[in-house]
Amino acid sequence: MRRPEKELEASSKKISRRGMLIGAGQVLFAGTLAARMRYLQVEEADKYRLLAEENRINIRLISPARGQIFDRDGTPIALNEPSYRIVIVPEDSDDIHATIARLSTLIELDADDLNRALAEIERSPPFLPITLVDRVKWDAVAKVAANSLALPGVTPDVGLSRRYPIGAPFAHVVGYVGPISDYDLERIENPDQLLRIPRFQIGKVGIESKLEDSLRGKAGTKSVEVNAVGRVMRELDRREGDTGADLQLTLDHKLQSYIRTRLGNESASVVVMDVENGDIRAIVSTPDFDPNLFVRGISVADYANLRENEKRPLASKAVQDAYPPGSTFKMVAALAGLESGIVDPNETVYCPGYMEISDRKFTCWKKVGHGSMDLNTSLRESCDVYYYDLALKVGIENITAMARKLGLGEKHDVPMSAVSSGLTPTKEWKLVYRDAEWVIGDSANAAIGQGYVLASPLQLAVMTARLASGRSVSPRLIKRVGGEEQPSGAGEDLGIAPEHLRLIRRGMFSVSNHRKGTAYSSRIADEDFRMAGKTGTAQVRSTIVDNEEVPWEQRDHALFVNFAPYDNPKYAVAVVVEHGGGGSSTAAPIARDVTLQALFDGTPPLDAYPEKDQFIIKERQDSIERQQNPLPVGDRGQA
Amino acid sequence: MSYLEYRVQTIPTGWRKVTHLHWPLILVLMAISGIGFLMLYSVAGGSFTPWAETQMQRFVIGLVLMFIIAMVPIWFWRNMSVLTFLFSLALLVFVEFYGVTGMGAQRWIDLGFMRLQPSEVSKIALVMVLASYYDAIPVRNISRPLWVLIPVIITLVPTFMVLRQPDLGTALLLMVTGGVVMFAAGVHWAYFASVVVAGFGAVFAVFQSRGASWQLLQNYQYRRIDTFLDPASDPLGAGYHITQSKIALGSGGWTGRGFMQGTQTRLNFLPEKHTDFIFTTLAEEFGFFGGSALLLLYVLVILFCLFAAMRMKDRFSSLLVIGITMTFFLFFAVNMSMVMGLAPVVGVPLPLVSYGGSAMLVLLGAFGLIQSAHVHRPRGTP
Repeated sequence: MRRPEKELEASSKKISRRGMLIGAGQVLFAGTLAARMRYLQVEEADKYRLLAEENRINIRLISPARGQIFDRDGTPIALNEPSYRIVIVPEDSDDIHATIARLSTLIELDADDLNRALAEIERSPPFLPITLVDRVKWDAVAKVAANSLALPGVTPDVGLSRRYPIGAPFAHVVGYVGPISDYDLERIENPDQLLRIPRFQIGKVGIESKLEDSLRGKAGTKSVEVNAVGRVMRELDRREGDTGADLQLTLDHKLQSYIRTRLGNESASVVVMDVENGDIRAIVSTPDFDPNLFVRGISVADYANLRENEKRPLASKAVQDAYPPGSTFKMVAALAGLESGIVDPNETVYCPGYMEISDRKFTCWKKVGHGSMDLNTSLRESCDVYYYDLALKVGIENITAMARKLGLGEKHDVPMSAVSSGLTPTKEWKLVYRDAEWVIGDSANAAIGQGYVLASPLQLAVMTARLASGRSVSPRLIKRVGGEEQPSGAGEDLGIAPEHLRLIRRGMFSVSNHRKGTAYSSRIADEDFRMAGKTGTAQVRSTIVDNEEVPWEQRDHALFVNFAPYDNPKYAVAVVVEHGGGGSSTAAPIARDVTLQALFDGTPPLDAYPEKDQFIIKERQDSIERQQNPLPVGDRGQA
Repeated sequence: MSYLEYRVQTIPTGWRKVTHLHWPLILVLMAISGIGFLMLYSVAGGSFTPWAETQMQRFVIGLVLMFIIAMVPIWFWRNMSVLTFLFSLALLVFVEFYGVTGMGAQRWIDLGFMRLQPSEVSKIALVMVLASYYDAIPVRNISRPLWVLIPVIITLVPTFMVLRQPDLGTALLLMVTGGVVMFAAGVHWAYFASVVVAGFGAVFAVFQSRGASWQLLQNYQYRRIDTFLDPASDPLGAGYHITQSKIALGSGGWTGRGFMQGTQTRLNFLPEKHTDFIFTTLAEEFGFFGGSALLLLYVLVILFCLFAAMRMKDRFSSLLVIGITMTFFLFFAVNMSMVMGLAPVVGVPLPLVSYGGSAMLVLLGAFGLIQSAHVHRPRGTP
């Protein structure tokens, strides 16, 4: 027992010794801390006190310049312009309200802006500059600079603001920017520091919004020393950010502007697409609006005007609206029939002007009937009865499958807001969403593009491009991002028998080139540029009406799709004129003008038109020229 | 001497124990907490809400806890060591599954009235279990490799679990605490020398692994190290804390700007002004004198505890007190180093001063253990 006793004694001593060693180490470290504190607080006190007081370090974000947007030839669509504003840094101003009161005697301050600014001052850290007035004239800047001593914390600042030189024709595609809202911020996960800047401009709709991340760029930072009055004494450190990526669109600004003028007052939309690579050359919805109004902050009255207009200028009809495709859908039904092997193109169906299906009378648009129709003549003369019959034989499954193959019912990946996926109905769909069994009459209606089928103008253009090329072309709107070429829209072969495609194209050709074709009056005379198309009339009301006699909003939608030149397809065009009446009378002439404008890359020669039309065409060309030429906003950007 | 050999009759009993508490230590702890209340009142802009009042309530609860623990004989706590340690491990497991996530790590258990950080409990529990381990094993075995391995494993289990949260700072503190208890117990110095060498190797490996497939730390941890090494690299993010903290501290001078006169903290330059960065407010408002006064109080706590430890003749008590003292030391040393730009930003509060219930209760409970060891120490020889 003695030895452990001794050992324990020694162990206790060792613990005490080592405990003292540890204590000594701890006290020594505390001494180091004290020395460090003395160094910071006494030796360096002047430096830090200076930094803390007169020369307070402000870290400021440098907003990167937003990427600019150009059309396919490099014409600017959206660019940045310097603009002056008056800002206040709250922590540099001893009494914000007194300062603002003094400022209001010098320059004009808007009450709304002021309230907004005061609310922002409450919310933001005190060293962040808050904009009091934006887009001020140079003399206001001079006044503020001259009175800076009486206005602590208030400084003029130069920033960049967005301008859309061509304006309205691109309003729906490109969209516009506007100050970020709390609502915007909530929806963004992990927001960039930049977005915390009050009133930072972000894309609100269209490409500006969809490609926000590429366009925005990365913030830089600068540390500045500021003296007691808030004047920046010197810059201590500067880390530049990255400018946002420039975008090049596939759009052609001349074509885009032409179409807009050509559509005039119609509530319409047009899509022009390259049949090979899917490049969208023009995508226009009318009426439109000036996006510059939104950048500046649109007035309540202007906004109400836009919203209440029955022609819906704010809607990007070309992508977000889905219409019954009407007879333009007949190619889909016909191709489905051919591909399924059920329909023989030469077999005829007799059209007495109607067809009875399960005790209901399905009428043809031509009440007296078309007589005997085969595939080609049924397309040419747009016989409905032929397609009722076809639908009963082929079935909705085959038709829907073909529609999807041709890009209908698919939400195409274009960077625009509210892109519609349209609707290609199936039996299951009707059961789930309409809570009813599919009936045979539904198939008949679908085959002529009525009933449940819906397609956006963009989808119609894709469908036509795929018919023309036989390949799975997808639309492409962005050519380059920051100089980097984006993937082409060219696609795989659709796997449709070339012979069947030829039959469909032949039918479309006769629509606008055969004397009996529904669009014969809108044919192209020049043999090298002849087009193949299809008219469509989508009923707005369930009974056939005389469009001249009913109010505008009850008239039928006029549709036309086409590709040209027939022998060597280059462009696919889709035209939808809301409540325009008939496809052949309203939409086809527009499609012809647009097609020629695109093919000739400018005003086409009159020879391209049939001789008897040339006089009227000439007049229209001149009128459009007159409207476009003293372009109010447009031309400045092109110089 | 083991506690079995205590001459129990020399130890005070009943309410007489109260007079045998280490009162100077209690007074110093009260003074430190008082400084805390004052600072919390100041950073709230001269208001007891939202922080000072709650903190005072917690302090009272903690003080009661300390007295209760102090009244219970130290040998009872010695018998509870293993159980406490297992309980702390259970808490760590629990927090892994049910913890409240904060700053990307699972660290808290929400008890309703307070948030419990299991890693705080495990620091004390680790000290307890190691102290009782060395109390139990024969002295001659202390430095034998197998007997060294056991406490190393005991230390590494909670360390590894805390590291998984992931909380690198606390994991390192746990390792240092465990190492210090082993060192105090008399483990041969050569073990520690080799660990230090291996440590440097590990630091080297950590930097080498960055960006490689076997990256050892989380990205945010590398960023903190970067920011520490070069605060200017991220002036708006993590570097902002260090830069602003140094400016606030440095602008205090000898005597400071006066109570409630600090501009830097008042202008909200520091987001964590009431928790981890509260020292900057003290240093700015009371200057070098105020800051070093607090430091002096902390040193007094350490000296009181260590001197008390030398008077305890049993190994469990001595090692327990040395270990708890080390935990306390690490709290303020790491926090102050961070605030003064000597260490990277890790979430370690200033003990008894920073706003927060978890650390306050655990620390006061731990001081209860020290008081118990002090009250129930053997006195004189027959």
